[in-house]
Amino acid sequence: MGNWSRFNIASIVLGFGFLYLPIVLLVIFSFNESKLVTVWAGFSTKWYTQLWHNQALLDAAWVTIRVALISATCATVLGTLAALALVRYTRFRGRMLFSGMVYAPLVMPEVITGLSLLLLFVAIGLDRGFWTITLAHITFTMCFVAVVVQSRLLSFDQSIEEAALDLGATPVRTFFAITLPVIAPAVFSGWVLAFTLSLDDLVISSFTTGPGATTLPMKIYSQVRLGVTPEINAICTILIGVVAIGVVVASIVTKQREAQRERDERAAFAQS
Amino acid sequence: MARVASALFSRLVIIIPYAWLLFFFLIPFFIVFRISLSQTAVAMPPYTPVFDLFGGLSGILEKAREFSFDNYVWLTEDVLYFNAYVSSVIIAGVSTVLTLLIAYPVAYGMAKAPKTIRPTLLMLVILPFWTSFLIRVYAWIAILKPEGLLNQFLMSINVIDQPLIILNTNWAIYIGIVYSYLPFMVLPIYSSLEKMDHTLTEAALDLGCTPFTAFWRVTFPLSLAGVVAGCLLVFIPAVGEFVIPDLLGGSETLMIGKTLWNEFNANRDWPVSSAVATILLLILVLPIVYFQNAQAKADGEGR
Repeated sequence: MGNWSRFNIASIVLGFGFLYLPIVLLVIFSFNESKLVTVWAGFSTKWYTQLWHNQALLDAAWVTIRVALISATCATVLGTLAALALVRYTRFRGRMLFSGMVYAPLVMPEVITGLSLLLLFVAIGLDRGFWTITLAHITFTMCFVAVVVQSRLLSFDQSIEEAALDLGATPVRTFFAITLPVIAPAVFSGWVLAFTLSLDDLVISSFTTGPGATTLPMKIYSQVRLGVTPEINAICTILIGVVAIGVVVASIVTKQREAQRERDERAAFAQS
Repeated sequence: MARVASALFSRLVIIIPYAWLLFFFLIPFFIVFRISLSQTAVAMPPYTPVFDLFGGLSGILEKAREFSFDNYVWLTEDVLYFNAYVSSVIIAGVSTVLTLLIAYPVAYGMAKAPKTIRPTLLMLVILPFWTSFLIRVYAWIAILKPEGLLNQFLMSINVIDQPLIILNTNWAIYIGIVYSYLPFMVLPIYSSLEKMDHTLTEAALDLGCTPFTAFWRVTFPLSLAGVVAGCLLVFIPAVGEFVIPDLLGGSETLMIGKTLWNEFNANRDWPVSSAVATILLLILVLPIVYFQNAQAKADGEGR
């Protein structure tokens, strides 16, 4: 496509600078010696060592990770099923409503989702706490998984599936032997997305939580309201680091797998 | 046997996620609506009982007589709520336009980039989306404060001699929304620009169009689907945004997400917060339905 003009390069550099500068500054000032976040006073890792002695914070981190692991896994199963239903079954009763319910949570303001789930949990008499947060997270993250998996399914060559069915495989077996291996990278990135969304969520967790279940974003939020401190910068830096490493590793693994699959496919064609 | 299993499988694929979303996404809205019609009570949960499934039809009718629109009347009587709705829509609208103005050149530059580096650029746009929303908003506090990094920088290069007051104003909210939602705008625009047939622009240029006319008459209309999707992805959640106005906005900034949160957490008034949520949903129902249709249409084309 045409030439990459100076204007194009400048807009990319400025745009990416805007996206990354605040995060870079936050990371830099987490290593600041001074308690003042905006005045540099020398390199120090003392805020990180302090974190290890903050038991309430560590507890919150542990709750958050457990919620994220359980909810991401359930959301991946449900979201993959939803994607299959949307792509493979173009007509069934209430399909319009179904696709609406899959897309609406993507844009629904979190205060509405949070309030409505809370009122549901109260109405059915569920004790609020760890499990209600998890159920809420499954519900809003499964739709993101569904969209990610759906886009992979749409570009999927359905004839291999039909071949398997023609050769006598049951639909269940076809799904596990043919469909799932092909869409696995998308399912995996759906899981990673659900995991990080759950890890980050503040509003929905705050509405659906009960006594004793405090997640890390809730803890961070209550401290942020009191002002900016290097200690919060340190927690944030650790979170950013974990997520960045996770995403980069995930994308490398996915790419390698796709490359491997393409090589296999070519080899298979060459043989036949 | 196999046929029964196959039918069962396809049924389950549909029924399991369908039932989950019905129960955890759709039904809760009816509960919100129902509770918005009930009275505040000093109890736990803090509203008068709403329905008793075991009371049968007569029980439900009995309860229906106790429905009241008091909470809605209350919302119209206090001008604060009306102002909060209006200013939420205005702030979200202005932010959406600003986001579009920044995102379009970035997406355009990405689509024009050499094919080899496009995946890396794409990855770089998506990456901030994975880092916590709360953290990214928090990062701006240290930058925008009166004694913050932006003012330090501007004063050190002698652009200003008095610190700019940005934090706790609407400008901080605009910056926060534009910053947080930028990837949502860049991605759909980029994907529609990337799919475009570039011989069309070349044809326009060959036929004597200026580059700007070629862009405005050919490129931009062809990327409109991406622009619309991006604007909806920014506008709808921004109207109900809570974290950004709470952390970056001032005490006089009214946004409905914050009002709802305060009504719920500080005043513990569940029926009024339900009424606030119901009206917010009514305002957003049209854009949401439009978004769903656009999304469903895009999937149809991908088939």
